[in-house]
Amino acid sequence: MKKKLNLRKATPWLSAIGLFVLWELVVRIFNIPPYVLPTPSESIIVGWQFHEAIWMHAYHTLYTTLAGFAIAVVFGVVLGALVGSSRAIYDAANPLLVGFNSVPKVALVPVLVMWFGIGTVPAIITAFLISFFPIVVNVATGLATLEPELRDVLRSLGATRRDILIKVGFPRAMPYFFASLKVAITLAFVGSVISETVASNVGVGYLMLSASSKFNMPLVFAGLLVIAVMGIAMYEIFNVIERRSTKWANRGNPTN
Amino acid sequence: MSNSFVELNDVKLRYSEGDDLALETTNMKIDKGEFIAVVGPSGCGKSSLLKLVSGLMPPSEGSVIVDGKEVAGPLKIVGMAFQNPTLLPWRTTLDNVLLPMEIVKPHRHRLRKYRAEYEERARKLLATVGLEGHEDKYPWELSGGMQQRASLCRSLIHEPELLMLDEPFGALDAFTREELWDILQNLWMIKPFTVILVTHDLREAAYLADTIYVMSKRPGKILVERENTLVRPRDQETTFTQPFTDLVHELRSHIRDVRES
Ligand SMILES: Nc1ncnc2c1ncn2[C@@H]1O[C@H](COP(=O)(O)OP(=O)(O)OP(=O)(O)O)[C@@H](O)[C@H]1O
Ligand SMILES: [Mg+2]
Repeated sequence: MKKKLNLRKATPWLSAIGLFVLWELVVRIFNIPPYVLPTPSESIIVGWQFHEAIWMHAYHTLYTTLAGFAIAVVFGVVLGALVGSSRAIYDAANPLLVGFNSVPKVALVPVLVMWFGIGTVPAIITAFLISFFPIVVNVATGLATLEPELRDVLRSLGATRRDILIKVGFPRAMPYFFASLKVAITLAFVGSVISETVASNVGVGYLMLSASSKFNMPLVFAGLLVIAVMGIAMYEIFNVIERRSTKWANRGNPTN
Repeated sequence: MSNSFVELNDVKLRYSEGDDLALETTNMKIDKGEFIAVVGPSGCGKSSLLKLVSGLMPPSEGSVIVDGKEVAGPLKIVGMAFQNPTLLPWRTTLDNVLLPMEIVKPHRHRLRKYRAEYEERARKLLATVGLEGHEDKYPWELSGGMQQRASLCRSLIHEPELLMLDEPFGALDAFTREELWDILQNLWMIKPFTVILVTHDLREAAYLADTIYVMSKRPGKILVERENTLVRPRDQETTFTQPFTDLVHELRSHIRDVRES
């Protein structure tokens, strides 16, 4: 039992190491030049050489991402609550939301640059724009899927719409909300890095762009790895928060 | 005579314009503290009848009167339980049972201050249905029968004047079901409240009700109103007596006629 658990914990590490080994082998065996695809070891070594710059840029990207994500959470919860608790608002907002979500956000970056100039602000806004949609949808779904019988029970006790929302709607929407945070935080990274790549002079996206213009492919890949690591770390944090705060949703099953 | 607690006057119901009637001209008079049962084929409008009486839905024609007033919106004094226990999974059994107290006036304003008293009341009620020691468990830690007991407690905790039961024992095994009949009968005999019980189980109707209504196929209509004068408290022995089995047979033949018509 204990052994099995340890093995499960080790699996993600093993698969990551396996991927790196495979990557290293493929590059070496086929003699792929580093300006096409560097080996992971090379990327890590170069990444270490530039670790001060990377650290600075990564910190900035993380900060930008979290700022955009935080706005998305607030905005997403409010809009989700409105959409999920009123049929009329749902009907009015749904086509707009779907339409908006279909627009590639990278196409908006030039517009944002026109409005806010180059730098952090468009990156924060892009992170926000790309990540609020799943939060809205999930919060609204959680609120809207109330069993009709339960609603009858509450209404025949004299419950107001507000009572129903507070006693049942929000608690029931919690698992949906936390599940959406995991998706949203990874999307927020996509948004901020895209914007940094197109229109910024700071952040991992900018670092990668300038590295590639100097044909420093190992540094580009070091940047990619850093983004991946930050994404995984944030995802895990929200995963843990989700499991802690909505134990009931697993019905006591010890799922991981 | 209009001193009955619940009155349906020529009530008709259709779900949407142009639809067939779901409920055809229905008249009912239920006294305060009376226990009635409604039986009838599936889809004949029994659940709809409960929604009409509790004001969750307006009748298309006719009027529903409860406690002397025409029903115009959801009543605020009703307890309800369904076949599906609908407990909230993030609340313990005790907190589930206390839910009505957070909503019904005047309790909702008193709950915080007198929390201990209310909890005591909920614990007592849970004990009467055999859930002592399970108060702090979550619904998903309880068996189906235990959840149904808790749901029954939730429908009774605020001492509603009107209790609506829609096949609440339908999904339970025979032993649990009959045990819950006794518990319900006891609670009702101690302090009578008006009960409308919808059921498919004719023995259940004969065991619990003072009056049994048999409904026709859709569009539902009351075909038979049968008094049940078997002495209370009724118990296991009652179910083996001739009058009880005669009553069940009689109901069964009504249902057979309805289905064949
Ligand atoms: N929300 C609704 N919209 C349209 N028609 C409905 C709706 N609810 C019920 N009906 C129809 O009204 C009729 C009566 O339904 P109801 O649920 O009251 O039946 P019931 O007697 O409770 O049936 P059962 O014994 O199967 O629970 C049915 O024919 C059903 O199709
Ligand atoms: Mg029904």
